[in-house]
Amino acid sequence: MNTTAIGQTNVVAMVLFVIFIAITLGITYWAARRTSSTEHFYAAGRSISPGQNAFALAGDYMSAASFLGIAGLVSTTGFDGLIYSTGWLVGWPVVLFLIAEPLRNLGRYTFADVVALRLKQVPVRITAAFGTLATVLLYLIAQMVGAGGLIRLMFGLPYETAIVIVGAAMIAYVLFGGMLATTWVQIVKACLLLGGAFLLAMLVLARFHMNPAALFNAAAQKYGAGVLAPGKLVSNPLDAISLGMALMFGTAGLPHILMRFYTVKDAQAARTSVFYATGLIGFFYLLTFVLGFGAMVLVGPDAIKAIDKGGNMAAPLLAEFLGGTPLLGFIAAVAFATILAVVAGLTLSGAAALSHDLWVHVVRHGEASAQEQLRVARAATVVLGVIAVMLGITFKGQNVAYMVSLAFAIAASANFPALLLSIFWRRFTTAGAVTSMLFGSVATLLLIYLSPTIQVDILKHSSAWFPLKNPALLTIPMSFALGIVVSLVGARRHAGEHFGAMERQMHLGGAGD
Amino acid sequence: MADAHERLRALHNARWRIALTLTSLMIVLYFGFIALIAYNRAFLSRVLVPGLSIGIVLGALVIVVSWVLTFVYVRWANRHYDTELKALQASGLGADVATQEAR
Repeated sequence: MNTTAIGQTNVVAMVLFVIFIAITLGITYWAARRTSSTEHFYAAGRSISPGQNAFALAGDYMSAASFLGIAGLVSTTGFDGLIYSTGWLVGWPVVLFLIAEPLRNLGRYTFADVVALRLKQVPVRITAAFGTLATVLLYLIAQMVGAGGLIRLMFGLPYETAIVIVGAAMIAYVLFGGMLATTWVQIVKACLLLGGAFLLAMLVLARFHMNPAALFNAAAQKYGAGVLAPGKLVSNPLDAISLGMALMFGTAGLPHILMRFYTVKDAQAARTSVFYATGLIGFFYLLTFVLGFGAMVLVGPDAIKAIDKGGNMAAPLLAEFLGGTPLLGFIAAVAFATILAVVAGLTLSGAAALSHDLWVHVVRHGEASAQEQLRVARAATVVLGVIAVMLGITFKGQNVAYMVSLAFAIAASANFPALLLSIFWRRFTTAGAVTSMLFGSVATLLLIYLSPTIQVDILKHSSAWFPLKNPALLTIPMSFALGIVVSLVGARRHAGEHFGAMERQMHLGGAGD
Repeated sequence: MADAHERLRALHNARWRIALTLTSLMIVLYFGFIALIAYNRAFLSRVLVPGLSIGIVLGALVIVVSWVLTFVYVRWANRHYDTELKALQASGLGADVATQEAR
């Protein structure tokens, strides 16, 4: 494996990627003619079936970080990488049990709809939009920088060109095709990613009599039994627990995931779609076991790290080993499509926060005409798309891998506690919600800045003021506690006033139908 | 109508009971796994058959059991929750709510 086509222009990858762009723009053209209202723009006219939404949820969720990142981590550290494979899945049951159905019945387009339902609109919308935008922008930076680096490595295109291509395509999907186009882009991407990962895994297992244990055993023989057991990565148990909390509860606070539940016709459809999505995503993360150990045994950790220190090229290198340049091209195109789809979903949810939450409900106090709402939503899409491209270029060459777990930490500490409390706690007040959400975003950002992630890894200081790499262990419980305490000590005259009606609507629906 | 509201309340409470129980199981499942990683490395390192350490088997099981728990919930909701809700709606409950526009 001394010679690799990685870094050179790959004709197969180029052709496949152009086909992907052509198909998705075709979908966008089709969807644009069906996108004439905010209901279509944000929620695809509630027309998505549970099966389609399951693939779209999987597509929104399985980012390049999970495909390339986890495969890379497993291939270079063995078992330690698998901790991430499991962590990325365990949020989904929580979404199903606690959030999906009430959210669908109580809101219209954003999770702030639910929090603001029986509280004061303006303060709740502003803080919820802040949490949403913080989550979305951090996630976007990680994806854009990843995309630029990936494309440079795989296609040999300049970084900036790659970022602009991603930005332009993503803006086109969302601007013209709204949620309908974004959903279908996710579905196409999810099929490609699941298909590509499955194909690679089968090609790996074919060399080990279709027996995963034989593959793992080969890894243990070659690199020591340590690769099958916990290693150095979890030197600090609290770090592992903190990251686990961010992943588990962050999933239930990701704006672009929550928004998907509005695209189906009712709460039952929302429920069914999470069930299928959990199956798809779980299957994918089980495949990463095989891909990671496959890359470890067949390509080797040293060869992987030689191409990219972070190990991100493990899956593409494995593809090249198994199927030469054509398969490498296919996997490269899949990875690119993956990033493109995720940024489209993120941009749409960020645009909804800007236009639906901030413009319509804060600036216009809910009194904007349908045309105006749609116009503002489209303007917000362009603004966010341009910001994403600029951020991608600004952060060129920076280590931004931590930003995804940071986005999860904010989603878990700012969005999730307020959302959950507003759904099932009668005495939750506006002051409680605002404090909880504001604390969640600000404290998470501050503690990340003071954590070893920034202070030691990036600023190269010898120590950090805050010991944990991810603050979720502290910020999630505190965000809940603040929401509860502030609600209890504040004026409680109005608290719970509309809760009875809300409780009925939670089951019977009534919003946005 | 009062009776229907009562029954909706009961259904509401039943749903939260199931949801919170299953969520607690998820938390025990996943953080139990993380705790083993953190505090009982030797146990996870034990090899069952060549290639399969307890750690790898448990890791895969966390994913599979998570999905099984979602199945448990969906089955309950489809069979009991939806049936009871339909019966309540047939009795006229919800007509007052359905007309309410969400803000």
